[in-house]
Amino acid sequence: MSDELKDIVLKYVIAEYSEDGADPIEYDTPLISGGIVDSFSMVSLKRFLENKYKISIPDDQATPEAFDSVDKIAVLVRKFTQA
Amino acid sequence: MSYSEKTRTTYQGVLQGLKDAGLFKQERFIHSPQAADIEVEFPSGASIRKVINMCANNYLGLSSHPEVVKAAHKGMDERGYGMSSVRFICGTQDIHRTLESKVTEFLGTEDTILFPSCMDANAGVFEAILTKDDVMISDRLVHASLIDGIRLCSAMQDTYKHADMAHLEQKLEMHQDRRLRLVITDGVFSMDGDTAPLDKMVALGEKYDAMILIDDSHASGFIGKTGRGTHEKYGVVGKMDVITTTFGKALGGATGGCVSGRKELVEMCRQKARPYLFSNSIAPVVVEGILKVFDILMASTERRDKLEKNAAYWRKGLQQAGFVLKEGDTPIVPVMLFNAKLAGDFSRALYDEGIYAVGFFFPVVPQSQARIRTQISAGHEIHHLDKALDAFIKVGKKFDILGKTRQEIIDRFGM
Repeated sequence: MSDELKDIVLKYVIAEYSEDGADPIEYDTPLISGGIVDSFSMVSLKRFLENKYKISIPDDQATPEAFDSVDKIAVLVRKFTQA
Repeated sequence: MSYSEKTRTTYQGVLQGLKDAGLFKQERFIHSPQAADIEVEFPSGASIRKVINMCANNYLGLSSHPEVVKAAHKGMDERGYGMSSVRFICGTQDIHRTLESKVTEFLGTEDTILFPSCMDANAGVFEAILTKDDVMISDRLVHASLIDGIRLCSAMQDTYKHADMAHLEQKLEMHQDRRLRLVITDGVFSMDGDTAPLDKMVALGEKYDAMILIDDSHASGFIGKTGRGTHEKYGVVGKMDVITTTFGKALGGATGGCVSGRKELVEMCRQKARPYLFSNSIAPVVVEGILKVFDILMASTERRDKLEKNAAYWRKGLQQAGFVLKEGDTPIVPVMLFNAKLAGDFSRALYDEGIYAVGFFFPVVPQSQARIRTQISAGHEIHHLDKALDAFIKVGKKFDILGKTRQEIIDRFGM
């Protein structure tokens, strides 16, 4: 599941945030600390994950650190899908 | 002593870090009124030299217009210097309300409220009109003051790719469950000089029940056939829900800003916007100056017409010389240099040729997007533009960038 999950998240992140001519985004690319995703834009990512996986991520856990790479996002999503 | 040596050393280290990173900003002292021809002391302590100003927001050349200065004197004589009060206690003169009505008429809205600056208008408007049940969806390149205002608001925040209407539509669909939706954009984007497609945005707003807010600070007074702003350019006057704008650029260039739009939203600002509630309004002397600016603009389109011709002349001259420009049709004409050091060196070389135009680089613009942002004014005459063009070409030859592509410039100077 984890690879499929990562691929889905990565595909969304590329479509949503990648700009023309920018470096490619990988599983471990720093998204927020790397300036690819700003804090305003985290909202749609959180909503996408919640809708896609039928989960609810509390605001206090939807931190910039937890959303800082596809790898970390996968860990977060797995935590709630397995709960 | 509360300001200990350790505290001082901490701040000195931070400031030195800015200098080391090339991010330390220095003011240049101007010893004359704001105009096309100015007298500048740069660097500090250097002898004063006369230069042509190519980077002011003085789009209509009204900053030192004799009629505006005379009106400001009248304001000082008849209404005094200051109000020593916020608006809702005893800081509102009749001329404040007169100016609000004048702005409403000019922009084609329902009502207007003045703020000490547009920065304050943008800081106050969102929290005044939205709650945590609502969503703000902003263009990813909006001005810093809008970003700060959005941060101060409890509503949900989201963004769409710059001027990408398909992406905006996706976001509007996604957020249909929110109580209210507000789409936020600059009218004219100040760094690139491009405009938001407001006709399409209004159509999306109607389709998805979303309000549209624009900051038209780099448009009010000159964009559109009669200078009403970006909404006039796109044929949607009367359909904007909120326009924030400044009096600190084309509209006299002193201070002040406003929120103009739907009357209920303006009234919400009058009741709740904190920069309005807890700060004095625009001083009477400035209010009278701005009123005169509107008299001038509503009597004739001569100044915005001249600005349009000047901007087209300038853009064509730079294109023919072989510079890489950002596409657009506004008086903001960015000359792309891509490399931050090149932008700084180019600006300094221009100054040596008698041209004042500042280099912009990260973090003001994205990495590898360094540039000289030129801004044209109705106060420029053709001889100003020709002299500036000669200087740009001379400096362009010096750095061997004329006729070179983006990639060729980057290959030579780096990102």
